[in-house]
Amino acid sequence: MPTLELLLGGTSERDLTRLSEYRAIGGYTAIEKARAMTPDALIVEMSTSNLRGRGGAGFPIGRKASLIDRKSGKPKYLVVNADESEPGAFKDRQVLAQAPHRLVEGCLIAAHAIECKDVFIYIRGEYLTEYEILAAAVEEARTAGLFGDVRVTVHRGAGAYICGEETALLDSLEGRRGQPRPRPPFPPVQGLYAAPTQINNVCTIATLPTIVNMGAAEFAKIGSPSSPGTAIFSISGNVVRPGNYELVLGTPMRELIYDHAGGIADGRELKAVVPGGSSVPALTPGQIDVPLDYDSLAALGTFFGAASLIVVDDRCCMVQLALRSTKFYMHESCGKCTPCREGTRWMVQILERIEAGDAELSELDLLDSVGVGILGRSLCALGDFAVYPVHSYLKHWRSEFEAHVHLGRCPFEGGSSIEGIVAPSDLRHDVGVTA
Amino acid sequence: MSFTAEVQKVAKRYPDPRSAILPALRLAQAGHDGWLPREAIEEVAAALELTPAYCFAVASFYDMFHLEPVGRHTVEVCTNLSCALVGAQRVVDAFEQELGLQPGETSADGEITFRLVECLGACGYAPAVAVDHRYRHRVRPEDAAAIVEEIRADA
Repeated sequence: MPTLELLLGGTSERDLTRLSEYRAIGGYTAIEKARAMTPDALIVEMSTSNLRGRGGAGFPIGRKASLIDRKSGKPKYLVVNADESEPGAFKDRQVLAQAPHRLVEGCLIAAHAIECKDVFIYIRGEYLTEYEILAAAVEEARTAGLFGDVRVTVHRGAGAYICGEETALLDSLEGRRGQPRPRPPFPPVQGLYAAPTQINNVCTIATLPTIVNMGAAEFAKIGSPSSPGTAIFSISGNVVRPGNYELVLGTPMRELIYDHAGGIADGRELKAVVPGGSSVPALTPGQIDVPLDYDSLAALGTFFGAASLIVVDDRCCMVQLALRSTKFYMHESCGKCTPCREGTRWMVQILERIEAGDAELSELDLLDSVGVGILGRSLCALGDFAVYPVHSYLKHWRSEFEAHVHLGRCPFEGGSSIEGIVAPSDLRHDVGVTA
Repeated sequence: MSFTAEVQKVAKRYPDPRSAILPALRLAQAGHDGWLPREAIEEVAAALELTPAYCFAVASFYDMFHLEPVGRHTVEVCTNLSCALVGAQRVVDAFEQELGLQPGETSADGEITFRLVECLGACGYAPAVAVDHRYRHRVRPEDAAAIVEEIRADA
């Protein structure tokens, strides 16, 4: 399959962080075309493109924009979610670092569509270098007079995974602790400062200039009919060439792992692929012929998520993997909802007993049922994100969990690839879990 | 420009000045040796017309705000899945050895804080280490000595 780069195109030949270079490849022509259209026509164009959100949920951008109440009399806001924090995901970071003007132009297009004058880009606090590059690009475009009467503000987060959840992000941007809100009302009706708000991921917004330039009908023909376009796939873990690969949606997962990323490193065997960032159910080696698109992955009971694959080889103990993953979600639970706050801690405690060889067989079912008690019972999906992968490990690698119980110790006997890994929460006296 | 004037200038960018609390806390932290003592929180509260309790509640929510003294330099090693799978713990061990510190500790001279952090978003270039918030990619255990020497040279 030929490579088609809509998001990263030009970045290997040119320094697209500079306005002049971006303009040399046709940058900021799409916003001129967009401004010649009515907002309604532009939203129709977005809908025709069938572009689905690249942040995790895969919601069509056209439908999101059409839900914005443009007649309410309140200001309308566009918020770009650049709080990329899902373990395994580093795609937005490359767009921010190498093609920031594509994102800025996309912001201006989306702002025109929803008749918004105030754009906020919420970038995770740890992305300091990327913040500097993005802020400089915003300033350069502003100085060049490209913004019209639109204001673009780059807002830095301060280290909280939960702020990638859209309503927690809004609370954080309003100057509060970043905790999710009950829905409804949804952000297009009552978002930032209770005004209609469109929230999209970096890659979603950065695709808009391409859609306007090539025309939505042409864009919709690229890749998979139900999920057109390209995505930047982040692939990491035990592969020969980890990194970002921009591929047409529908590319087989096997092609990404074995052709682009060079296959499994160190001559090992593939054991598991966590396909959407660490929060989604894992796939087995027998399932990797799946096309990388929203619907095909959903058919296997997992998620496209953040298009971020974590590849695990046969040296890794799945109980240890489950434990490390769950410690992350426990650490990042904002504490607002009981099932997530308490449930993730219980999961960690049970997994620690299993890994230590202290658990009884019934505790495998207990782990499963604690997960069932978390799923769908909180304001946001963070608790679910702890449970999805662990349930899948229990299902596909159950014999490994059982071996811990039967042997009374880890069957890897200290030889697991992530043996002894220490999590930040292991060191925090205020987290309430003892190792 | 005074701290208050600077915070209020940032606050003008937002429809509600309360939105400026993260930038204000960041500024305050930079002005107090990298952490937020009580007076720093009080300055933020005064500048934004919020209560110190509110500002403390917000600061305590975010990992990048420090409520205890930290070193002038930070070494932060990611131990999340992608880094763990390619040897992050050996990198942690190497820094422990080179720094003579356990994760979470600051050197006696107040120069270096050594921390473990959750995913930095550098999974394809793992193991990842942030030194003074700038990412180092594909760090090997044998790189720890040179990194520590580089930091100490700046001390």
